[in-house]
Amino acid sequence: MIFVTVGGQLPFDRLVHAVDRWAVNQQRSDVFAQIGSSASPPAHIEWERLLSPPDFQAKARSADVIIAHAGMGSILTALDLGKPIIVMPRRAHLGEHRNDHQWATVEHLGNDVGITVAADEEALLDRLGRLEELEAPGMRHSPEYARLLHFLQSVIEASD
Amino acid sequence: MKKRVLAIASGGGHWQQLMRLRPAFQGQHPIYVTTNAAYSIDVPGSELFVVTDANRNEPLNLIRSAFGMLVRVLKTRPNVVISTGAAPGLFGILFGRLVGARTIWIDSIANAEKLSMSGRVASKIAHVTLTQWPHLRGADAPRYEGSIL
Repeated sequence: MIFVTVGGQLPFDRLVHAVDRWAVNQQRSDVFAQIGSSASPPAHIEWERLLSPPDFQAKARSADVIIAHAGMGSILTALDLGKPIIVMPRRAHLGEHRNDHQWATVEHLGNDVGITVAADEEALLDRLGRLEELEAPGMRHSPEYARLLHFLQSVIEASD
Repeated sequence: MKKRVLAIASGGGHWQQLMRLRPAFQGQHPIYVTTNAAYSIDVPGSELFVVTDANRNEPLNLIRSAFGMLVRVLKTRPNVVISTGAAPGLFGILFGRLVGARTIWIDSIANAEKLSMSGRVASKIAHVTLTQWPHLRGADAPRYEGSIL
């Protein structure tokens, strides 16, 4: 199953419809999308506007691949569950977000956390054409994560 | 003595980043505040309270959110207030400061090029403001002390 999510708040028709067209062409009936406030629902794939957190987790858990906007909720879901993920950043000049921070996020995260970035619909379709090449991200227990937890523990301990 | 840690995050990415901080609350008494009651499945055995979600374009919801947070802070009397964002967390930091809690703002890892607007406000209020990107570290604030990844 392929789980598509564009978060729960802003529309992202460009992503939803690119996947919808691909699913029609490939005759795939195992695609489900959480489309948020996207203006026009997809014609072919199954969708909901907003899943409850438990339903969202269940969909993500049963997915083989997650396709998402470059929101941290989506990215962290994939990392936590070890699911391959393709993200397409929202762009401000297309009215998809207030600014281009999703673009900056994926540029800085880069490939070292194991997420696949598609810059636009063309790149997304290219990646969808070779899903079998995607690898599951490994949830790293990095020194930076350990450092943050240790720092917070020490601040909490020192509080009164 | 266990410390009461009021841990605040709006839904979506903010909440998931807060969830990655849970190991730091082990042995303490965390109390969660978010914007969707269904997140209680993520924190079994812990108290979870809901406040109205709000952003800077929704003044009425901001007032509701602030009021809900004020009530929660007064009832909880936290030793520590910690938030990964967004607006409701900022109110938590503000009211937490007023009741003498130690206050920590952790700006979302999604803000890789500059601190969020809430983070910039938080850096004036919180005892500790953290960025998750070393290149955003400032002379005074924000500090860099690691990241959730």
